[in-house]
Order: sequence, then C-alpha cells, then structure tokens
Amino acid sequence: MRKYLLKRVFYMLLTLFLVATITFFLMKLMPGTPYSNQEKMTPQQIKIMNEQYGLNKPVWLQYLIYLGGMLHGDLGTSFQYSNQPVSYLISSRIGASAQLGLQAMIFGVLVGIIIGSFAAINRNTWIDTLCTVLSIIGKSVPNFVLAVLLQFYIALKLGWFPIADWGGFSYTVLPTIALGVGPLAETARFIRTGMVDVLSSDYIELARAKGLTKFGIVYHHALRNSLIPLVTLIGPYTVALMTGSMVIENIFSIPGIGEQFVKSITTNDYPTIMGVTMLFSAGLVVVILLTDIVYGIIDPRIRLSGNGD
Amino acid sequence: MEEKIKLSPDSFEALPKAEELDNEKIAAPSLTFVQDAWRRLKMNKGAFISLWIIVLMIVVAFGSSFFIDHASLVKSAPNYANLPAKIPGVPINGFNGKLKVSGEWVDEYKQNNIPSGKYFVLGTDYLGRSLAERIIYGTKVSLIVALVATFFDLTIGVAYGIISGWKGGRVDNVMQRIIEIISSVPSLVIVVLMLLVLKPGMTSIIAAIAISSWTTMARMIRAETLQLKSQEYVLAARSLGESAPKIAWKHLVPNLSSIIIIQTMYTIPTAIFFEAFLSFIGIGISAPETSLGVLLNDGQKNFQFLPYQMWYPAIVLCVLMIAFNLLGDGLRDAFDPKTRR
Repeated sequence: MRKYLLKRVFYMLLTLFLVATITFFLMKLMPGTPYSNQEKMTPQQIKIMNEQYGLNKPVWLQYLIYLGGMLHGDLGTSFQYSNQPVSYLISSRIGASAQLGLQAMIFGVLVGIIIGSFAAINRNTWIDTLCTVLSIIGKSVPNFVLAVLLQFYIALKLGWFPIADWGGFSYTVLPTIALGVGPLAETARFIRTGMVDVLSSDYIELARAKGLTKFGIVYHHALRNSLIPLVTLIGPYTVALMTGSMVIENIFSIPGIGEQFVKSITTNDYPTIMGVTMLFSAGLVVVILLTDIVYGIIDPRIRLSGNGD
Repeated sequence: MEEKIKLSPDSFEALPKAEELDNEKIAAPSLTFVQDAWRRLKMNKGAFISLWIIVLMIVVAFGSSFFIDHASLVKSAPNYANLPAKIPGVPINGFNGKLKVSGEWVDEYKQNNIPSGKYFVLGTDYLGRSLAERIIYGTKVSLIVALVATFFDLTIGVAYGIISGWKGGRVDNVMQRIIEIISSVPSLVIVVLMLLVLKPGMTSIIAAIAISSWTTMARMIRAETLQLKSQEYVLAARSLGESAPKIAWKHLVPNLSSIIIIQTMYTIPTAIFFEAFLSFIGIGISAPETSLGVLLNDGQKNFQFLPYQMWYPAIVLCVLMIAFNLLGDGLRDAFDPKTRR
C-alpha cells in the first residue's frame, strides 16, 4: 500500500511539473502582448515595464524563476490588475467557487441517488421511465442553457431568488442547481443500473425473506452496495464542475475562479491563466488520488488489482 | 356403451415427406452480428427515432451548403432586424410574425413595414439575418466538430489502444503513463491553452479536441486488446506467421468494433457540448462566423425581450445532444445485450 501510494504521489508531482512546463512555454508562444496600448508607449516605457515584470530576462531564467516561485506559492503578478499577486487574486476568489462546487456536488449526488434508487425500486413502471427521461434530458441540456432559463424564469419572472451576484445562501441556489444537474443525471443513471443489479441478488432475497421492510432493504443493503462505485465518478464530476463554473459564474456574475479565468483569457493576462491552470490541474490530480485511496479503503477487493498495475 | 369410431382410410395416409422434416427445423434464419445488433436497435424506439433525427440533421446541415453561402450568412440587413418567426398560413401566435411586447401580441412585420411577401421561418437576429439559416449553419459546425472528434477517436484512440495493449510490458507502461498525464489535466485547460496559442476559431477547437478527446477510447481499447490477445484465434494467427498489423486489422478491430462504436457515440455529444460551450463564453468560434454556441450567446443577451432568439438554437442543440445520447445508449444495448436492464 505504501509503495503504491508513493508511486502515485510521484506521478502526481510529475504531472503537475509537466503541466507547469507546458503552460509556461505555451504562454511564451502566445501572440499579442500584455500591454494593451503598446503602440502609444515609448521604447523606454516598454523597457521599464519589461524589467518590472521580469520579461527582459532570458526565457529559461524566467522559467526557473516561475518554477521556484511556484514552490512557495508565488504565482507571479497579474498583468491586468496592477501589482496584484495572482495567488491573492485566486485566494480571494476561491471561496465562492469552492462553496458553489461543493454545493453542486452534494446536491447532484444526493438528489441523483434518490432519483436513481426510486427508479430502480419501481423498475419498468412509469416512474422508472420518467426518471430515465429526466436523466437523459439532464445529461443533454447544456448547463449554460439551463442557467439562462433558470435565471430568467425563476429569478426574473417569479422572483423567487436573486437574479445574479453573490451574497447569502439564496444567491447560491440557482447556480447550484444549474451546475449540479449534470452530476445529478449521471448519478441517477449510475445508481439505477447498480441498484437493479443488486436488487436481483441473493442476499436481497434473503433480506426480504427475513421480513425486513422495503425501506430497510433498500437503505441498508441495496443502496450501500451500489454506492461504492460512485466514488470513481467524483473525478469526472470535479472536471465537469470546474468547466461549468467558468460559464455559470459568468452568467450569475459570481466572483469566482471560473469567471476570473474567462476574464484573464480574453485580456491576455498570462500569469493569471497559468495560475488558474495550475490550480485546476492540481485540484483534479489531488481529487483523483484521494478517490483512488478512498475506493481502496471502502472496497478492499480493489486494492489488490490496484497494486498489480 | 360402445361407440364406433369411424375411421376413413385416408386418415392413415402418410404425410408429405418435406413437411415432416420441417417440423424439426427452427425457423429463424441465422443472423450475423451486425444484423442482430440492427434488429435490437430497431426495437429500441427512442434510439431508432434518434437515428433518423440525426440522419435528417446531417442531410439538412450538409445539404444546405448548396443554398446557404457564407457571404449571405454574414451580410446584415438592418431593416429586417429582430423580426419574430413568421410562417404563412400558420395562425399561431409566435409563428405569425407577432411578438409579445409588454403583454400584448404585436405584428412586428406590419410595424416595420416589411413587404408582404417577405417572411422568415424562424425570425431574424439583431442584424436582420435569417435565424433559420444561421441555425442550420451552426448545426453544420457542430456536426463537423463531432466528425473531427470521431475521426481522432477512431485513428489515434484505437491505434494507441491496440499498440499499447498488444505490445504490453514497458511500452504499455510508458504509454499508459502518458495517457494518465493527459487525462489528469482537465480537458478544458488543454482547450483553453490551444485556443490561446492558435487563433480562436474552428482550427484551434479541432486541435484541442484532437489532443484531449481520444484518451478514454485508447484506455477502453487497450483493456479489451489485453483480453483478446490471449484468445486462441489470435494465437493461431500468430503461429501461422501473420504480421502484427494484419492481426490487428483482421482480428482485433472487428472484435473491438462494438466498443469502438459505443465509445464514439459518447465522444460526439461531449465534443458538440465543448464547441457550444467555448463559443458561448466567447473563446471559441466568434462573429462573423457562427455556431450554435455563438447563436445562444447572442440570443441570451436579448432573452428578456426576444426569447425566440435563444429558444430556437437551444432547442436544436438539446435535440442534437439528446439524439446522440439516446442513440449511444441504444447502440450499447444493441451491441452488448448483457448490459441491458
């Protein structure tokens, strides 16, 4: 187990190093300059600016400085917001994104589990069909379309929730729903398939023969066993939530990482792009590692095959 | 109680010989793998309808190339700006040129003095361009992106998976590590980086998809190849001296075909979503070019007053996604009946 863990952590660091390197050199290849009004600047000014941002040093030195800085959490200075360190930009915005992401994950998985098991218990009835149709629609309707519709019909027309901005809990409801529907649909499908399998197995038959209530069977036996593989989906969900946050935060004008990312892409703010890229990659790599470990712990059958890999 | 049973002589006549043989025969003709899958797919109504919807969309989108040229698509006509849908002979509000303005249906065509013969089936956008034409063009863009993603899935993904699984050992190890690294970077980040280096537009979206879309396919193909490798027919082919590429082409690919088809059907909606997503946030395809994402973004700005401008592209995009998802599920059930529940 320990050897496996060390190996995984090593690959994780290698991945992050490669991402950092590739991002850095791609940024150097990018067309355009960080100065929005370069034509108006004198060569003197450009020189001073370059010196200030360390752009006059040779590329390899810039690269080493960048890597060295990253080791102690320094991601450089934003080009767009004068003299704001990227790490500050990120840390001041990560709260909103993390809250939204977590809420969406919890909402999606919980409701997905309920809908999925409901469909499995009532298999081949209209309830099942309804749940299947709902999950196909949830999977197919892009979250940004859903977000605009929710914003217009629920926030603007009905006035149940604030239209945009970031404040108390009520501000998070609509973005959470829009962001969580993807994971919800996926979880519902997944749980239904797993549950149908489990419900036809011998130990459920035994539980029924023992005289357990329907709820007891589903809750204590069927659900727990079909929940385990769900852990493997947390990685893909994280990706979906990161992707989704870019557009959902934009639509609801939430001051989060995703909104910042889009903004920095459109304004050529290289250090911020690199910082957020690293953050997203690191987040995903850590989540994948954690889910693999958790999976090994809750389902000991997996650990052996994991070791052999 | 004696009752005479009357038996006529012809009761004892022998049956014709051929019929006797037929009794033992099981009637259905044997089906090939593909025929069998096709039969099962036809039984799945949702998937079958989806298949026809997709075929229809492909025909309309690519057939439109002859009628909708790029110049007319880009040309603006301000007199016709923001007209709602009007289909002659359809007296339903919303399709007769009327638009709900502060609670009342107003005939926009009359108000803007549009010549009576002129109409737009799905209305116009803010520059007076036909929304129907733009949606069809946008669908074409989505389908092209889907095609490209499929192409890379089929070439890089399948080849990579087969080589990795077939070679095994160290080669496999290195190749798997590469996949692991690629797939632990969010594909969105790859896409964004490609968009930054190349110019935003079709090429960079395609390049980004080329890099990130094939890893799942490669993984599944590798896992299956590892199993197929130890099958007897592969061993037989090997011992007869068949070359590796020929074994891959003649024995592995046909046996992998169901996985390939199913996985492709899951790549396509992802690719379509990605294109729409990128264009929607303004870093994919941008004006004057158009795609469903661009149309959604344009429509979203005026959604409060001109809801049709967002609804129509949204409906087309959703139908496209639902159709591909349903067809994907249908194909999975058809090719692999064991998973069917």
